[in-house]
Amino acid sequence: MKGFVVKEFLHIFRDHRTMLILFGMPIAQVLLFGFAITNEINHASIAVFDKARDSKSLELQQKLTASGYFDINMQLENTKSIEKAFQSGKVKEIVVIPPQFEKTLELGQPTTIQLINDASDPNTANLISSYTSAILMDFAASINPQANSLPVTTETTMLYNPELKGVFMFVPGTITILLMLVSAMMTSISIAREKEMGTMEVLLISPLKPYQIILGKVLPYVVFSFVNAMVILILAYSIFEMPVNGSLLLLLAESLLFILMALAMGLFISTVSNSQQTAMLLSMFALMLPTILLSGFVFPVENMPLALQWLSHLMPSKWFIIIVKSIMLKGLGIAYLWQETLIILLMAFIFIILSIKKFEVRLKLK
Amino acid sequence: MKPVIEVENLVKKFGNFVANDSLTFSVFPGEIFGFLGANGAGKTTTIKILCGLSAPTSGKVSVAGYDVYRHSELIKKNIGYMSQKFSLYEDLSITENFQFYGGIYGLSRNEIRERTKALLNRLDFLKAQNEVLRNIPQGWKQKLAFSVAVMHQPKVVFLDEPTGGVDPITRRQFWELIYEQAHNGTTIFVTTHYMDEAEYCGRVSIMVDGKIEALDSPEKLKNQFAVNSMNDVFVKLARAAK
Amino acid sequence: MNSEMAVCANALSKFYQDKKALDSLSFEIEMGSLFGFIGPDGAGKTSLFRILNSLLIPDGGTASILGFDTVKDYKQIRRIIGYMPGRFSLYQDLTVEENLKFFAGIFKTTIKENYHLIEDIYRHIEPFKNRKAGKLSGGMKQKLALSCALIHKPEVLILDEPTTGVDAVSRGEFWEMLQKLKTQNITILVSTPYMDEASLCDEVALMQEGKIMQRATPERIIEAFNETLWSVQSDKMFELLSHLSSFPEIRLVYRSGDHICFIPRKQSVEEKNLLAYLENLGHQSVKLKQIKPTIEDSFIYQMQTQN
Repeated sequence: MKGFVVKEFLHIFRDHRTMLILFGMPIAQVLLFGFAITNEINHASIAVFDKARDSKSLELQQKLTASGYFDINMQLENTKSIEKAFQSGKVKEIVVIPPQFEKTLELGQPTTIQLINDASDPNTANLISSYTSAILMDFAASINPQANSLPVTTETTMLYNPELKGVFMFVPGTITILLMLVSAMMTSISIAREKEMGTMEVLLISPLKPYQIILGKVLPYVVFSFVNAMVILILAYSIFEMPVNGSLLLLLAESLLFILMALAMGLFISTVSNSQQTAMLLSMFALMLPTILLSGFVFPVENMPLALQWLSHLMPSKWFIIIVKSIMLKGLGIAYLWQETLIILLMAFIFIILSIKKFEVRLKLK
Repeated sequence: MKPVIEVENLVKKFGNFVANDSLTFSVFPGEIFGFLGANGAGKTTTIKILCGLSAPTSGKVSVAGYDVYRHSELIKKNIGYMSQKFSLYEDLSITENFQFYGGIYGLSRNEIRERTKALLNRLDFLKAQNEVLRNIPQGWKQKLAFSVAVMHQPKVVFLDEPTGGVDPITRRQFWELIYEQAHNGTTIFVTTHYMDEAEYCGRVSIMVDGKIEALDSPEKLKNQFAVNSMNDVFVKLARAAK
Repeated sequence: MNSEMAVCANALSKFYQDKKALDSLSFEIEMGSLFGFIGPDGAGKTSLFRILNSLLIPDGGTASILGFDTVKDYKQIRRIIGYMPGRFSLYQDLTVEENLKFFAGIFKTTIKENYHLIEDIYRHIEPFKNRKAGKLSGGMKQKLALSCALIHKPEVLILDEPTTGVDAVSRGEFWEMLQKLKTQNITILVSTPYMDEASLCDEVALMQEGKIMQRATPERIIEAFNETLWSVQSDKMFELLSHLSSFPEIRLVYRSGDHICFIPRKQSVEEKNLLAYLENLGHQSVKLKQIKPTIEDSFIYQMQTQN
């Protein structure tokens, strides 16, 4: 058993292609997704619906334009024009200043500024809204520097894409894709390679039990996938300042569970394919594409046709993305995530049973 | 008679490793020439040079009248190649395979049709011409592969271990095809490390560690080394080198 | 069941779709024997070996190795046999030593423990033990594969075409090693398409189209060749074959290397008649002599007469 695992590690270390996929790809993907998404905003068009029209509200508008991030292109008169402004496509955000803005501030009472964003482009929407919020906070602090709590709060509304998929979405998504790729594709290929090279015949003939062959094949990839997940997290944390608000331990445990599930899928694929090529194509089409397309990584699940939404429930990656996002961004604990966890656990279990059942102790020839 | 293959002081080096060490030999039209050697003796390197796939480090080499340095493309047009490993497309029918390979060598449709008919007629295989290759016994496939290799009427045909693993009767039928082709003037260049295939050749060369150590007819070589079979000739030469 | 027998097969059959790979084979192989299955590609040798080593389930009949049924007791069988598949099946990206270590490991033994068994063979490749298996020459690959198949001290060794693709010198060495292994009391089953290797076995089975045509010692096979075999050469070898085949006294004619062999219809042939016949057709310097048949001649004869 030990010898088997050692051998498997040797295969991986000797094959430059495998090494590149294992370690080059996560880094490349994280950087790619990261930089493609976090671009600076510059003179973004916004509209203001100023219900107060007093000196403070004008001061606020000036502050927004002075930042250089925003151009105020439109002044709105009534609530109805909000929808129109967005539909014209000329503005990306509308800042709604409440009536009696100055008076409320003078009285030292809290007030709320509403930010309405066109979230059909979620990344930009989120960026703009966070920039605006920052300026508003700054403004609020300048009014009453001594106050413990800021008198102005912002209330952000995302139109068209209320769940807001986008920034920070790429880390959960990338982790999921990479774990899927490394775990499922690499194991399925490595088993198929043994079949193709004829070494599987010799392994079958040996007193090794099927579970030993499977474990020996799978263990190295568990280690590699896990290392991979860590690498991505560290990159995300250090370069893109992706927070981990929840328990890191829980996040790692959930990753391990997902890795096991993906490995079980890989095993299952390898039992039905006899060549590396088939294994590769099967993993690509049966795992990678659905993972990318249906998991909510690229396209929000809520916007899909109902049939696809149902189909997306079958994607283990969808549940894992929810888990990762909840832990990292929302800081939720297992109490909130047990359902998703249970679903992945169940899927892992099904695939393990299936692949052990399908693993042949003999050759199957046509 | 002018030789079809002329090799003079052929040297091929890979870095410091000398794969072919000053080879000199000629092969004549209609000859069946056996090119023997142990695994790693340098046979494959020589064949690649003769087929115009790789340039020699030094030496004079011409095949079918063309110089390998300058006219490798013309050489490729005038040679045929067949090996046990090279097989026809399993999912195409016999005729489709002939059409495909005929097309590669630029034969016209009529030429392809006529030659396919003639070759299949010779093999007594016309009735199976639309059969998909997968359903044809191994021995037959080899005969078909040979026919495909000579369809464009090359001056030289290279055969790489052509009859390994074939039953003795099919093997003999295969060699009859080769003799017939040679009788019509095609030069046959056979590489193999099965010495029983060597017994069928007109002349054989034996390569050991990049050099040609013996070159003559099987009968004379057997007499020269005072043994009964080409196998023994080969073993004597190869063991002496170790 | 005879407990003295290493291998027993009883009416073994195997089909692939509608193609018959094995046609009701029955045989027994004695302990400690070096037994050869000789036949061309497609004769059923690989299917037979895969059934014996428990990798395939026969469609009919039974087989046992040292009394263990190849279907029921496959676990025991996998402990006592060593198997070398036809394709080179070691890890090409691992070194010689790593391969050997790995195979020792999966059989829960060490190289040290059974080194005496493989010493003779492994000695040849030990200088290259840090070379990757994929970079070895054909002969060395076979030696490594044999070492790996032997490292767990199997009682029955099954070698599927071990000498295919190997040059004559290495083939000779390989057979010498098998002869030595026999003295360790290992039963060896070996298959080969090369008839000339038959004489190196204790006993052989000549196989063709899923059947055993003949099973005997190599000497016995040649003795049992009840016909006379003649060799002819002339200055016109190409025409000679067709001319000989139309000579009425000749039953079977075929080329064999640089001469043409024939078997006459009766026990002998009227030499004078034949020589005159050939001279008439323009052949000169005709050499005609009776020769000793080989296993291959016997194989050809049996193939022809059984069809």
